[in-house]
Amino acid sequence: MNTRAKPVSRGFGTPELIFLLSVGVLVVVVAFPMLLIFFNAFWVDSHFNVADVLRVLQREETYQALLNSLILSGGVTVTGTIVGTFFAWLVTRTDLPFKATMKLLFLVPFMLPAFIGALAWKMLLSPRAGYINRLFIDVLGFDGPLFDIYSYAGIILVETMYLFPFVFIQVSGALERMDPTLEESARISGADLFTITRKITIPLVLPSIVSGALLIMLYSMAHFGTVAVLGVEIGVYNIPVLIYEKIHQSAGSFDSIRTATVLATVLVITAALILWAQNRVLAKGKYQIIAGKSFRPTELKLRGLRVPLLILCVAYIALTIVLPTATIFLVGGLKTYGLPFDLENMTWANYNHILFEWDLTRDSIWNSITLGLAAALITMFAGVIISYVIVKMKVRGKGFLEFLGMLPFSVPGSVIALGVILAWSGKFGINLYNTVWIILVAYIARYMAFSLKANSAALEQVHDSLVEAARAAGASMAQALRDVVVPLVRPGMIAAFFLIFLPALRELTVSVLLYGPTTRTIGVAIYTLNEDGETVYSAALAGIALVIIVVGEILIKRLVTGKSGA
Amino acid sequence: MASIEIRKVSKRYGGRSILSGLSLALEDGECFTLLGPSGCGKTVLLRLIAGFEAPDAGSILIGDEAVADAASGRMAPPDKRGLGMVFQDYAVWPHMTVFANVAYPLRLAGVEAGELRSRTMRCVEMVGLAGLDRRLPSQLSGGQQQRVALARALVSEPRILLLDEPLNNLDANLREEMRFEIKALQQKTGVTILYVTHDQEIALGIADRLAVMDEHGELRQIGAPEEVYEHPADDFVFRFLGIANFLPFRREGGVLYAGDSREAWRGPPPGRDGESLTAGFRPSDVMLSRDGGDGLPGIVRRASFLGAQFDYLIEIAGVLVRAALPSHECVARGLLFAEGDACRVELASVQWFAGHIAAAKNM
Repeated sequence: MNTRAKPVSRGFGTPELIFLLSVGVLVVVVAFPMLLIFFNAFWVDSHFNVADVLRVLQREETYQALLNSLILSGGVTVTGTIVGTFFAWLVTRTDLPFKATMKLLFLVPFMLPAFIGALAWKMLLSPRAGYINRLFIDVLGFDGPLFDIYSYAGIILVETMYLFPFVFIQVSGALERMDPTLEESARISGADLFTITRKITIPLVLPSIVSGALLIMLYSMAHFGTVAVLGVEIGVYNIPVLIYEKIHQSAGSFDSIRTATVLATVLVITAALILWAQNRVLAKGKYQIIAGKSFRPTELKLRGLRVPLLILCVAYIALTIVLPTATIFLVGGLKTYGLPFDLENMTWANYNHILFEWDLTRDSIWNSITLGLAAALITMFAGVIISYVIVKMKVRGKGFLEFLGMLPFSVPGSVIALGVILAWSGKFGINLYNTVWIILVAYIARYMAFSLKANSAALEQVHDSLVEAARAAGASMAQALRDVVVPLVRPGMIAAFFLIFLPALRELTVSVLLYGPTTRTIGVAIYTLNEDGETVYSAALAGIALVIIVVGEILIKRLVTGKSGA
Repeated sequence: MASIEIRKVSKRYGGRSILSGLSLALEDGECFTLLGPSGCGKTVLLRLIAGFEAPDAGSILIGDEAVADAASGRMAPPDKRGLGMVFQDYAVWPHMTVFANVAYPLRLAGVEAGELRSRTMRCVEMVGLAGLDRRLPSQLSGGQQQRVALARALVSEPRILLLDEPLNNLDANLREEMRFEIKALQQKTGVTILYVTHDQEIALGIADRLAVMDEHGELRQIGAPEEVYEHPADDFVFRFLGIANFLPFRREGGVLYAGDSREAWRGPPPGRDGESLTAGFRPSDVMLSRDGGDGLPGIVRRASFLGAQFDYLIEIAGVLVRAALPSHECVARGLLFAEGDACRVELASVQWFAGHIAAAKNM
């Protein structure tokens, strides 16, 4: 019991040091690039200039990009919300057979990258070469294609298939948690099922529907892949695609960079508005009716519609998941694109070539995996430390830290990429352009919010008294962290790791703006191969990407449910 | 096994003073209870002793060692203070089994495996959790978790045991049982216990000595339970140790009159001077008789039968007081009053306080 005493920390101590380090990391990685975008957009010839910004916005191409973004994301939001709400209701409130399985299957589109889906649909429904259209013209004698995927409707349909789970998850969760006595008491008061649905159920789940819809809109607004694959043929482009073209085609000219920053600013403002609206809806929707507990809601008897609706669900899943996935693998195995799917036309050579022979694709797989791993590891550990400051430490200004960390959550990928280009292309002494490091920095900025969310949630479960109990039991601070905090936070850390690693594996929006000759990622490689007309290789690589993603998703489920079982 | 001395300790939180210049000494091997309303700073005092907070002024000694001294900036970390602590919210580690939880302090101390096992198991048995040692906390009830926390605090045979409302979440029977358990344990091991609670019944039952703290963090009285109960220093202490009746009196020409009435006090004279006094008494001190007997006249305003006793609310000279009479006595002596009945009130035991003190609002 002797002389282990240390001075009472006042003023500057370890907490303040960690705090400043955290702020420093977030400022360099997140805030600085963001500020550069606004600076470049509004600061012309060394003075603040709004008129010029308006002039850029009035140009035909920028105006068209804004309009397209609005039409496309608006359309996807409407269709995605209808589809998501309908299926959510079907799997929670009716006696549909195999509900649990169906519910899992409806979440599968979340795993599949939308641009790979777009690629598959292009192979199936492009007006002249698409397999389905050819079937209808050549075999069934149609005059023209059944459906032209190169259209607004085509883009909206494809995005809907991959984005509707946003609404599905929110609404099915709300329907499951809603206290059934609310509906039962309406029933006792004499309301029929239609009235109850209209007057009780829908108003109660409306906040969830709206918030899911806004997520779809946010995502679609910032989405690059589908529009780039399906729209460019017919001259339809949205803001992210135009940013990409500005950066790529005019090789860093001042005017194109400025146009890109103005577009990025519009994107950021729109995203901020959407998130603000979502917060308001969610705050309003908290009428504590939807309790945390799980109840057993009353189920609607479908009677004669049971089987037809089941068939509808199965057909939907077959059409949106099985068909595109199978197409990808089959086209990937064709000797030449356009041949019919006969056994004699199939070969393993494409897969072999891509995996073992061709440097470009081998590098892209290697790049994606190492980038994903590095980004996930760095972001996971940084996220734990920053979350620890935010949740557990008593330092001033940690609200600022939280704001900085959550900022990228609302910032679209193309904006982050643009900010990173502005910051790390040598203007400020460090030139990472065309190296893999610039992609890594961008990934870290983009995924930091995921890590902070997962880790903060885990840390909030670790009540202070658990650590204090360890200290009282004779543990030093380091021992208490090792024996109590880390084991309890580990599930959150693992979740954060995979929440970053898996999306990073299939990332396209950010990497496509940042890649250099030797730093293609899987997403970029698939995209550029397709652009260059190497459709079968593009499909084969996409198939390999799908295998990696699905295996990863399964591993994560195993790990997370296995470890946090306690 | 160790004394605790708190010397003029002050603590502030964000501009609000919680404790100011508090001094208190616990003797080696005693069970000391700190009793006070919630939010009075008793938990803060516990945390200061444990080392989770540093005093703004003053010093704390455990044994002969100054573990915290604001003047010199000395501050021994919690793990070097040789204490066991039970937290209000149990703080049982959810990822460890009962055995691992209880064994943890021994593991840190580097106790050899065989001994670790036998000491842990003995402790688990002592708190009545034999056979549950492989369970995870999520598989235990709140009361069982609390006993895990108690076993964990005791296993390393600390010099000092700090208990923060450790019996709060137990049901009445278990609470009583654990109270005896803690007391027996303390007599066996001689550990110094500081027990913090707002429950006067537990405090009185368990303590060798107790202190009553008011909402401003000031100690109102320190003493043996019987002493504090029988001779409360002031009306705060009196009020805090049980249901309190207050009946104001005024002195006119050497005679005490109840309230603003002309009814005179005929009991033993108070040992106090002053123009205005207040009589404090417990419901069980009230002796009732039918109208026409001796004592102050009163009217029964509410009568409730609670099984073992009758509970009456009686108005005396415009003041409401509560009376509790054993049911058998009421029946034997014909004291079954109805609302509105007149009665006479005598008091078996009275604490006299200076000035007029208002009674609690909800009687």
